[in-house]
Amino acid sequence: MLALRLDRVARRYGEREALSGLSLTLERGATLAVLGSNGAGKTTLLRLLSTLLRPHEGTVEVLGSALPSQAWAVRGKIGLLGHEPLLYRELTARENLTYHARLHGVGKERVEQMLEAVGLSTRSQEPVKALSRGMVQRVAIARAVLHDPELLLLDEPRANLDPAASEVVEPLIGAGTDPSRPRTRVLVSHDPRSGIEEADVVLGLRDGRCELLAPADEVDVERAMELYR
Amino acid sequence: MSASRTEAPAAPAQAAPAAGVPRRPPGLAGTVLALMRKELLVELRTLESVPGMALFAVSTFVVFHFALKASAIAGNLAAGVLWVTLLFAAMLGVNRLFVADAEQGGFDGFLLAPVDRSAMLIAKAGSLLLYLIALELVAVPAFALMLLGPPIWPSLPWLIVALGLADLGLAVIGTFVAALAVRTRSRDLIGPLIALPLLVPIAIGASSITAPLLSAGQQAGPPARWLLLLGLYDLVFGLIAYAVFDFLLED
Repeated sequence: MLALRLDRVARRYGEREALSGLSLTLERGATLAVLGSNGAGKTTLLRLLSTLLRPHEGTVEVLGSALPSQAWAVRGKIGLLGHEPLLYRELTARENLTYHARLHGVGKERVEQMLEAVGLSTRSQEPVKALSRGMVQRVAIARAVLHDPELLLLDEPRANLDPAASEVVEPLIGAGTDPSRPRTRVLVSHDPRSGIEEADVVLGLRDGRCELLAPADEVDVERAMELYR
Repeated sequence: MSASRTEAPAAPAQAAPAAGVPRRPPGLAGTVLALMRKELLVELRTLESVPGMALFAVSTFVVFHFALKASAIAGNLAAGVLWVTLLFAAMLGVNRLFVADAEQGGFDGFLLAPVDRSAMLIAKAGSLLLYLIALELVAVPAFALMLLGPPIWPSLPWLIVALGLADLGLAVIGTFVAALAVRTRSRDLIGPLIALPLLVPIAIGASSITAPLLSAGQQAGPPARWLLLLGLYDLVFGLIAYAVFDFLLED
């Protein structure tokens, strides 16, 4: 069963093409690593898949729903962890998560569970602006997975995290272990080696165009590094 | 643009996952409450809107006090001074209304949730309405003390009606314009430039209602025609804002 199906997708910002002629499919439960240098179109792809942007050309299907016409059907099944943590700086970690929990119809006990899971129960009453970058990233991860999404869109999820913190959040953003709840992931990474290691499929973008699309075990790191040159 | 207006209400029920974390979709009222709670919490922590609005209004009355060389104005002049001041003070709140959402990713966080997007219009307008009420709790007594000649008590009930009707319009139009302006580069300029022409009818209506109330020796209530017009203007703009607000949030 397919989680993603993109067919000749294009997206422009004014005259500039951020994505062009992108086609791919991804099975449910699989991980897609998206590689490419700055401005290659990785973030645009994540925003398209998350329903925040509309494609200007082509068709996008996420979890069986066509975008943008059926975007309402997949919101709530998607967890987005982007460059921005999507947290209000003046509110505490608990208040931010409670707010998002209310929007997603998730109970308060899940908020406590997530604070525990990211190791921030003791700092949950401090405003986000008082937390370190790594802590903010952990709260952002808790926010992204609060509603147990089927599709995780992760943009450099381990940015600002030390090894210990990376280990703490691994169960939340990793491939998942429950076969009855396959977790599909789209993982943007600037580290080709770790990206390829984590992925089932690798997509390489350059200037918004697909330069590489192959099963991860067929992609060698040197070839992926070419995307950054 | 897609027909998100018709699709949105169905979203919560359809978006629930088959298994995993239990969810109870919040519905429109629940979403509005969640948004307003967040909005008021952010305002309480930052105190960026209401204190600034109140301080602006009181400072303006002080300036009028000296500029008019009068400490006892009444009738049309008093109504004009009151409403122009309230209008400009309200613009400060309007300009700040979506700033935290735009700068801290609040829009994206909201748009990713399976909720009716009209909830944001209702919650923001409701919050702005509360800010305006807080403003007027400070500004109207200050106006009565510093500038108003006739006593305010006899006309207070009708004045509250006029303030309520004008506040409704200010809240709806302010929210609509703030959502329109917030993603532009010059939002501090664009907001007032769009809002003020739209608010002129409210200023005219509110002043026309208030002028006889603030006249010396006034006995009768405000002109019913202006009350009706102000109410109608609120209703029309409320419907327009409700109809197009989804599209303001869309890409």
